[in-house]
Amino acid sequence: MSDWFSQYNYIVVIILMMTGLYTVFASRNLIKKLAGLSVFQTSVFLLYITIGKVSGGQPPILIEDKGYGDDYGSGGDGGHSLLDGTIQVAAGDAAYILPGPGSDVLYSNPLPHVLILTAIVVGVATLSIGLALTVRIREVYRTIEEDEIEAADFVYNLEGTAD
Amino acid sequence: MNLIAAAAEPAFVVPVLLLDISLLALLVIVAIAIVRMRSLFGIVMLQGVYSLVSAAWFVSLDAVDVAFTEAAVGAGVSTVLMLSAMLLADRKSSPVPMRRQLGALAVVILAGVAMLYAVGDMPAFGDVNSPANSYVGMDFIAKTAEEIQIPNVVTAVLASYRGYDTFGEVVVIFSAGLGVLLLLGLNGNAGRWEAKPNGQVINDRTAPSAAGVEDTRTVDQKAEGDA
Repeated sequence: MSDWFSQYNYIVVIILMMTGLYTVFASRNLIKKLAGLSVFQTSVFLLYITIGKVSGGQPPILIEDKGYGDDYGSGGDGGHSLLDGTIQVAAGDAAYILPGPGSDVLYSNPLPHVLILTAIVVGVATLSIGLALTVRIREVYRTIEEDEIEAADFVYNLEGTAD
Repeated sequence: MNLIAAAAEPAFVVPVLLLDISLLALLVIVAIAIVRMRSLFGIVMLQGVYSLVSAAWFVSLDAVDVAFTEAAVGAGVSTVLMLSAMLLADRKSSPVPMRRQLGALAVVILAGVAMLYAVGDMPAFGDVNSPANSYVGMDFIAKTAEEIQIPNVVTAVLASYRGYDTFGEVVVIFSAGLGVLLLLGLNGNAGRWEAKPNGQVINDRTAPSAAGVEDTRTVDQKAEGDA
């Protein structure tokens, strides 16, 4: 049971994924199907991101080593240290605190984040195509219910197979 | 008891754990509400809520860039797109009888059980030494400090190490925009144009009743079809 609890994130994400998939399969309304697809997609994103999480980690934005010792997290004295940092980066000798032996900072895995950033944008592209197809289908069939579309296909012989 | 034991370990900080669990519970509730809802407006809005709550969870999972994008693109742009499509199409979805959902339910439960069976092989949540967190990702963190010299590793990987991938993404967006334009046109008549497939107008008035399938084609078409 303890094992299962340490993986609760996967279990919940699988439930979410299956809920989205069920909406895609079971609903006969094209827009509801696309909303379900969107939920499914977001759940897959959640799955990837939870894999990349490191407990006790920070967002993968490198902390600059300002030589203050251990209090890098406290933010320092605002604008001044920020200016210092910019100049250092421009000079090309910026030092960042990296994880490893002797370092007490941890970053979460940035790679899933990058993959999912791309996937979110591609997901919106496919969603917009799907919605445009739905609007186009509605122009022809006057409905976006799959059952009625199939019935109209049959009644009006729109597929052109029967004759 | 196990929960307390797990929470006592440093891997599970109790406030974070409670936050994670409540966000996940919200996500499950919203997802089930989407399944049960029939008003398309409600479904679209709940889909936006789902994206926003998952964006909140992304912040908790240290994926700040993803959270930003999900909130802007998933909760913002998608919702606007779906709302506009809904306005051009329909407001209500008709109910599906339960017996027609059983097949979908069976498939989904089977797939879910198969995946739950595989969960045992996954690393624990937040495991530092899991294979996924050990090699390439950590290399990117180390190399970014050295080679790219910007603090945000996600930006460095996105724009530099995987720059071609991002270029491909831009191509996908461009083709999607092109596809939408080709499907809907630029004349502002999208959704209101009355299509006449095979010269027939499809609407409630011309629809033959289900009992008698009558031929609605014109004389010319009939001749064409018979020939």
